[in-house]
Amino acid sequence: MPATTTVIIGAGHCGLAMSHCLAARSIDHVVLERGDVANSWRTQRWDSLRLLTPNWMTRLPGYTYRGADPDGYLRASQVAAMLEDYAGASAAPVLTGTPVTSVRTAGAGYVVRTGQGTWRAATVVLASGAATVPAVPALARLVPAGITSVTPAGYRNPGELPPGGVLVIGASASGIQLADELCRSGRPVTLAAGEHVRMPRTYRGRDILWWMDACGLLDQGYDEAGDLVRARNVPSMQLVGSPGRTVDLNALSSAGVRLAGRLAGIKDGVAQFSGSLPNVCALADLKLGRLLNTIDAWAGASGERFAPTTVPTAPLGLDLRSGEISTIVWATGYRPELSWLDVPVFDRSGRVVHDGGVTASPGLYLIGMPFLRRRKSSLIDGAAADAADLTMHLAGHLDALAGRCERSA
Amino acid sequence: MTTTETPVDNGVNVAALLGVRDALPGSPQIAQFQWRATSSWVNGTHSRSDVETFYGFGEEQEHHRRFSYDLDHPLQFAAQDNGVTPVEYVLVALGGCLTAGVAAVAQQRSIQLRSVRATLAAEMDLHGILGADPDVRNGFSGVTVSYQIDADATAEEIRALVAQSQKRSAVYDILTNPTSVTVGVS
Repeated sequence: MPATTTVIIGAGHCGLAMSHCLAARSIDHVVLERGDVANSWRTQRWDSLRLLTPNWMTRLPGYTYRGADPDGYLRASQVAAMLEDYAGASAAPVLTGTPVTSVRTAGAGYVVRTGQGTWRAATVVLASGAATVPAVPALARLVPAGITSVTPAGYRNPGELPPGGVLVIGASASGIQLADELCRSGRPVTLAAGEHVRMPRTYRGRDILWWMDACGLLDQGYDEAGDLVRARNVPSMQLVGSPGRTVDLNALSSAGVRLAGRLAGIKDGVAQFSGSLPNVCALADLKLGRLLNTIDAWAGASGERFAPTTVPTAPLGLDLRSGEISTIVWATGYRPELSWLDVPVFDRSGRVVHDGGVTASPGLYLIGMPFLRRRKSSLIDGAAADAADLTMHLAGHLDALAGRCERSA
Repeated sequence: MTTTETPVDNGVNVAALLGVRDALPGSPQIAQFQWRATSSWVNGTHSRSDVETFYGFGEEQEHHRRFSYDLDHPLQFAAQDNGVTPVEYVLVALGGCLTAGVAAVAQQRSIQLRSVRATLAAEMDLHGILGADPDVRNGFSGVTVSYQIDADATAEEIRALVAQSQKRSAVYDILTNPTSVTVGVS
């Protein structure tokens, strides 16, 4: 059985950042990847998708964007190419086409089974991602026959959908972008919006993420977050990777998208929407106001304010059998896929319990989750600091293991 | 957030509520509650509801006494007006839930309240319950709640209190989202 010190599972930006940090400390490791480097960027992204973060924020350990367009936004294929180059430049020991089938504890370490053999390792880093599979609610099974259901992971472009109206469920980054794209393609679009994070693309003449980065908001630590459960479950920002373009509910309404409340149920073929739309819009407006106040307090003076979200008289029901809707897009988020992890570190909802990426199972680490160690943990730009912190902890754990061996020898 | 000389006291024991939340990861079953009421016909459209026991925190519980409520319809409905109508109780419940939430959130955010008053109104078309128009629903076509709040806080902080109260309100959720209801006869 081959052995190594650390097995990293997943060759996305987090796994590669971790590999870079381990290599810098000469910690022997291997990166196991089910497909190719940046697999989900190659296989689970729609055609027009661009990163939500500007190019200058595409930073990894030992890598900074040096292209001609620092304020632009990379296409999914460019992200994949960038990560491929990064893996090459770092000489990351990646084994592609190696899906992990189980991880178990064995003595003071772990046994990692894959489709291509079994590894023994003192430590394991789970870097397979927070957004590995689409999270579609159970009520999707109540959708009447004849309606096409797609998720953002499977959607490619408007031309692939059957003709007719589209119901987009979810108003976070994916949902607002797809509602916008489908509306521009000439289709009637209804958008079901629950709690959402309203965000202007630019504020006071700069990208909103520039402000959040500069004023330190993105560096806010998980021990300073207040309500960490809430912080880790905040939906993604309503942003699109397009210079100067804001796609919030007001923009979508103006473009002709019909707004509805959160999808609350489907009964006898009729979609039922929550009557809470006015309040989720009020919450999003208030939260945006607080963000802009925070930026102003840091920058001095004050910038523009955005008109409150206009809440239309929203439908409470929509008959899915009437023929009005031909496609439902489930932009209801993603979840990790860790069914192969056979170590008892899960909570009652099936989420890995961790303290800043350190699990209760010694030597088992997690990276790439929302607010793992800091607000920017969910961004590519957050991987460097998280990987550095976890590498430090992992090295300490290895030292402790070595000390224990010496004492018992 | 407003700081005051004296500690903020809205009479809400937020520490106890947060203590329950902290206890949940270790014993999630204590969160399972059942609320109960009985309803007995008196005469005509007059009925009386009693509320005394509930289940929660892992065991049977009871209020410190039995609460009774008369429900009826007004004289204009050719009834005796022995109590408010069931639909008015829905407004009573919504107002009570949201206002309790305002107090709790204010306490949590260290905002001293001086007065809180909500005016609630529900629109309803009698064509529904009278069976006179199948296109009109029985229930409310809309509910509006208007708060007047005097507190040591900015207007924006007060709006945020009211928004957060809705976000965490059980009755608001019950009214805005569908709920499965099963009525049997034994």
